[in-house]
Amino acid sequence: MNDMSPEKTEKSKLGKWSRRGFIGAGVLAGGGLLIGIGVRPGNPISSLAPKVAGGAGEQLVNSWVKIDTNNIITAIVPHCEMGQGAHSVLGQMLADELDADWANVRVMQAPADGSYVVTDTARMFLAPFTLNAADWIEPTWNGLFTQMARMADAMITGGSSSIRTTGQFSMRVAGASARKMLIGAAAESWGVPADEIVTRDSMLSHEASGNSAPYSEFATAAAEQPMDQTPTLKTRDQYRLMGRSKARTDIPAKINGTAEFGIDAAPEGLDLSYAAVVRPPVPGTEAISMDAGRAEGMSGVLQILNMGNFVAVVADSYWQAQQAVNTIAIEWSQSASPVKTMDDQFAVFAAALDEAGETGGSEVAARGDAQSALGEAATTISAEYRAPYLAHAPMEPLNCTAHVADGKCDIWTSTQVPLMARTEVASTIGLDTDDVIIHHPYLGGAFGRRLGAEYVAMAARVAQTTGYPVKLIWSREEDTQKALYRCADMSRLRAGLDDSGALVAYDSVFTQRHDPAEASVPAMYDIANTSVRAAEAELHLPFQAWRSVDHSQQGFFVESFIDEAAHAAGKDPLDYRLSMLTNAPRHKAVLEKVAEISGWREPSAEGTAKGVAIVESFGTIVAEVIEVDMSSGKPVMTDIWAVCDAGYVMNPDGFRNQIEGGIVFGLTAAMYGELELKGGAIVQSNFHDYQMLRINEVPNIEVALINSGDVPIGGAGEPGLPPAAPALANAIFAATGTRVRELPIAKQFA
Amino acid sequence: MANFILNGESISVDADPAMPILWVVREKLGLSGTKFGCGIAQCGACTVHLDGEPVRSCSTAVSQAEGREVTTIEGIAGPEGELTKVQQAWVSEQVPQCGYCQSGQIMSATALLRDNPSPSDADIDAAMSGNICRCGTYTRIRRAIKVASGQVEPRTEDLSEEA
Repeated sequence: MNDMSPEKTEKSKLGKWSRRGFIGAGVLAGGGLLIGIGVRPGNPISSLAPKVAGGAGEQLVNSWVKIDTNNIITAIVPHCEMGQGAHSVLGQMLADELDADWANVRVMQAPADGSYVVTDTARMFLAPFTLNAADWIEPTWNGLFTQMARMADAMITGGSSSIRTTGQFSMRVAGASARKMLIGAAAESWGVPADEIVTRDSMLSHEASGNSAPYSEFATAAAEQPMDQTPTLKTRDQYRLMGRSKARTDIPAKINGTAEFGIDAAPEGLDLSYAAVVRPPVPGTEAISMDAGRAEGMSGVLQILNMGNFVAVVADSYWQAQQAVNTIAIEWSQSASPVKTMDDQFAVFAAALDEAGETGGSEVAARGDAQSALGEAATTISAEYRAPYLAHAPMEPLNCTAHVADGKCDIWTSTQVPLMARTEVASTIGLDTDDVIIHHPYLGGAFGRRLGAEYVAMAARVAQTTGYPVKLIWSREEDTQKALYRCADMSRLRAGLDDSGALVAYDSVFTQRHDPAEASVPAMYDIANTSVRAAEAELHLPFQAWRSVDHSQQGFFVESFIDEAAHAAGKDPLDYRLSMLTNAPRHKAVLEKVAEISGWREPSAEGTAKGVAIVESFGTIVAEVIEVDMSSGKPVMTDIWAVCDAGYVMNPDGFRNQIEGGIVFGLTAAMYGELELKGGAIVQSNFHDYQMLRINEVPNIEVALINSGDVPIGGAGEPGLPPAAPALANAIFAATGTRVRELPIAKQFA
Repeated sequence: MANFILNGESISVDADPAMPILWVVREKLGLSGTKFGCGIAQCGACTVHLDGEPVRSCSTAVSQAEGREVTTIEGIAGPEGELTKVQQAWVSEQVPQCGYCQSGQIMSATALLRDNPSPSDADIDAAMSGNICRCGTYTRIRRAIKVASGQVEPRTEDLSEEA
């Protein structure tokens, strides 16, 4: 393992803040160069060396990349891999700028260390140049800053941000900077001008002198080279890896059972026990008493714990623990929440909207004079929309393995927020954060759920209380019924049309405003008078960001209502939208393209119809057309088309996979997603009653991409989702004349 | 003691006869490729083969495997790790996202193709609808099965200039 010698540590230095981030460099004992990018002042790069060095044969070229003696290059990425493909694409971006040989590039998850804080992700929310929000959405900036503050100290994966922040502002800079230092070292050694040295496939060469060498030969000497804080990055015509559908590096391990997820943790030398838990059925309540008589006598049971906000059984196997915990009769405290059913929850929302009326609530966005324009409009329409609570339901149940011994705690878990998990564990069991070590392998899905870390703290408490190294697993039922949720919401919308049917006034008011703050604003459309308002209302279930966050409800509300306006005007819904996109050429191009590939203007078969929706989210514009066959009376999707403009796509096939997944995720929610309440507790419990779309229900999905040009690039993980529900609902209207104003859809056509 | 053949190897393991195969292979035998998803045979993440037939190992007691052959995701490749046609197609079509359900998907697809070398869309629906993919890779799973059965050409690795 590499280490820093004290005298060499003094050479460690941090560069000045630049537009692209900090670059710091240090020299390794025994030679070698270490560069880190995107780190905060006060975090010496050098201390990271031992954490990312795999063995004696390796030299760290920088904290985002290391080169071993076989010229294998390892990109070290600060984001977790939860299925979005970020590891692979971040590696591609670094390797391209470094002119590395892709066949010999590996990707490694950065350790959970404060120095790997994803500064650029936080900065995205500070830097207006990265955002396309219209300037008249002034109040929404407050929301952005709230999010920024929450993320500022997080090593976080979310917000469809890995590629467009860390990739653009850190990985590429690291690669380019390291390449320049390697060239500098080779130029000195060979006595030739640096600008005559060519790099390709992890090799340096100089034609005139006949010199050539692998990068590894100059990794040590490169340490003495000056650092370029703002190296020139490649232009698109120079890309060799970016923009290409390179195969994902994580896939080989995911097809033979060797990929390690959090739940697979099997720490060497630890004899694990297993914990199953029961949490309160109604949020905010606690276990007052329990009768664990039956569980006590069950085989394999080691300990039964009442931890207040959960009950746990620790046993020799998870199955035994779960069987035993199921037998415990628990008396829970009473909840003060007035919400016992979803009708109660919607009544709370309705009361808030009633109070806000036609002008009240807090202003989200305002342009022109919507109230007067509504009063003067030739035609007005209004509608109330609803969306239910949803669970994230990642395939890998929530779990955490914890070992507390000798004043330290080791954690193995799937998390989107390793540093926040570390802080939560430390404060929960009374340790310093430095004494908590987070090991975080692949995530078996997350979708926002693993931005919360309460399950991690639970495992730490059980491990500390029992003294056993313990793997704690939530059952699917616990995950469905007692977790954190996509919030329900209600929106009331009004629109005013002039004599020609043009939309001249728009007003909406809704109750749940989280992130992104502008999700509710139809900013792309030319609507002279727009008012968007939020009327806050209490939620019964705890909130957690869920794939695309507010866009998941607002996409449905806004794009369904725009469709209502089109029909009220007697216009084709796609043409109606096009007519309002005169100031949004990228949106217009996306919509025109989806009309083309979907055959929008060709008639559909009897009983079949198409619906369209377009939403910009996380920097990417996505339009979707869904064709639905209603001839049986039930919606059967027959074809789906999507067109996306993310500015520039780094890995087209990986991007398309994300869009396909986002569409299926959105349609699962649209068709089936619903959590009902009884006595304040969730009724649905597992996949038999919290249904997922299955392969037989998902038709062909065609995804076309537009690289529109020189704009900040957009995300991939979330933007496919928001247009899916409205496109389906709009297709159902086109086929049947029945307007869907609440989700889920399937039960309304049962 | 439970006695069965796991991936071609005779196994004797001290386990409650009622314990599901899933937990025996994961916790007692250290093979973690078979995944826990729902515990009630609704999602298919735990799919293994019992005498060649796909079963949900979360809901199949180890006693039912007595004297029989259990095959997990770790046991389908060749002796030197050579990938099966199904696994190769899962790579060429770049199927997985998070990958958690894919062991079960591959086990279901493998059983389908053994019985039906050229499945139709309806055959694929029937055989694969017990496997949930929360990431939504269904269209790729369908294409990969068609690639593995020779009905569709595999894609090449680098689809470079398309975008």
